[in-house]
Amino acid sequence: MKITREDVVRVAELAYLDLSESELETYRRQIDEILEYIGKLNELDTSAVEPMAQVLAGDQAADATMREDLVVPCAVAHDILIQAPDPEPPYFRVPKVIER
Amino acid sequence: MTQNWTIPGVKDALLAKKISARELSAEFYKRISARNSELNAYLALSPERAYRQADKIDALVAAGKPLPPLAGVPVAIKDVISTRGITTTCGSKILENYVPPFDATAIERLDAAGAVILGKTNCDEFAMGSSNENSAYGAVRNPASTDRVPGGSSGGSAAAVAAGLAIAALGTDTGGSIRQPGALCGVPAMMGSYGRVSRYGLIAFASSLDRIGPFATSVADVAAVLRVIAGTDPLDSTSTTAPVPDYQAEILKPVKGLRLGIPKEYFGDGMDADVRQKIKAGLEIYKKLGCELVDIRMPHTDYAIATYYIIATAEASSNLARYDGVRFGLRVDSDSLLSMYKKTRGAGFGAEVKRRIVLGTYVLSAGYYDAYYLKGQKVRALIAQDFRNAFMNVDAIVTPTSPVPAFRLG
Repeated sequence: MKITREDVVRVAELAYLDLSESELETYRRQIDEILEYIGKLNELDTSAVEPMAQVLAGDQAADATMREDLVVPCAVAHDILIQAPDPEPPYFRVPKVIER
Repeated sequence: MTQNWTIPGVKDALLAKKISARELSAEFYKRISARNSELNAYLALSPERAYRQADKIDALVAAGKPLPPLAGVPVAIKDVISTRGITTTCGSKILENYVPPFDATAIERLDAAGAVILGKTNCDEFAMGSSNENSAYGAVRNPASTDRVPGGSSGGSAAAVAAGLAIAALGTDTGGSIRQPGALCGVPAMMGSYGRVSRYGLIAFASSLDRIGPFATSVADVAAVLRVIAGTDPLDSTSTTAPVPDYQAEILKPVKGLRLGIPKEYFGDGMDADVRQKIKAGLEIYKKLGCELVDIRMPHTDYAIATYYIIATAEASSNLARYDGVRFGLRVDSDSLLSMYKKTRGAGFGAEVKRRIVLGTYVLSAGYYDAYYLKGQKVRALIAQDFRNAFMNVDAIVTPTSPVPAFRLG
């Protein structure tokens, strides 16, 4: 077994994801199978291989195509806020974060 | 029999005043209302925006002004691409009522080219799937045989074009999501190289793999749409500045003398006999046209799916962190911020998405990063090297898109 129930509980915490008891067990089993399958990558000796950090290289690499940092008008606050579940213009309102 | 419209056919008909752009849009909405309840290809229709655009085109025709390249062409857009004023759900409950305040760059370009956006097409939730059965809004059916899947994740776009409910459509591809539904619905489709089409406004799944591309009823129409949407964009730092060729002219060039690589690894045991026979027949055609068929090896092919599982889920777990019930989409109320996050995400995401978030978070987590994520990035480098090696020897690689034809739902 590659992944335990405790692993799934820990990872779901990290991902801020509520999972039911049955989801925990189903995902544990399915992910265990996937990890088993992924294990085939260990057949390959990659000790001398550079990991692929980005797809485009050379003069097309993301850090080579950065534009100037320009300030432009962007009056979209209203359009953005009307999408929010609980807007309090000009803010997003959330449940209490700090307990007194 | 309904008319099979093509992009040049629309232009000719508009210029000859045989039909107006408004009438053409209305004809497509009529087709959609006749077949969509059966196919479930469209999730949302945007007639107001469509007719406004159609009227602009009709005004150009009336004034005798030149028409832009896709003038009046009715198109469908996969629901992971942002469209101003049109609900964009990604096939997920977590974005059920989300209406983007802006257009993706690909949409802006279609708009400027005169295309008429009919609506948004169904897809696997956040583009995760290959049968379109992972949509929170129900499966899409294959127009050729409605007990079969259209493929996925861009199943709605492929089905819409195959059923004549749009002349062209946009889809996205992260691990086959344009190519496979194109194959399963029998419509030409193109996943451009990484960076070819700006992803600004594409709701991200796996950023190092996501690509936008067109479906249409002919290769020439696919070329026409790609020509419009391709090209660099200051709003996407991963879009390439490589010049955009004249695809429509390029596809008319003879293929005589081209070297086509046939990788043995793509013709494995799991391949359906009919698919094998079709590919063979296709290769015979290329041979008759003067292409040289070259056997090649791509030794890391067998590791591609395992690598994809790591990289795509890792990136997805990061990209999907933004659905937290604060700024847009679903919120499940709770007494604390943390529990609001967890409940919202637990209720809003479907099973496939949650499974991938858990796996992706796991492969990135402390203690497992090197064993999985880093290993995956290294094997990815080896797979990319397979392609670079192959292209030193051949002009193109020919493979089946899917080892099997469209399978039954369920």
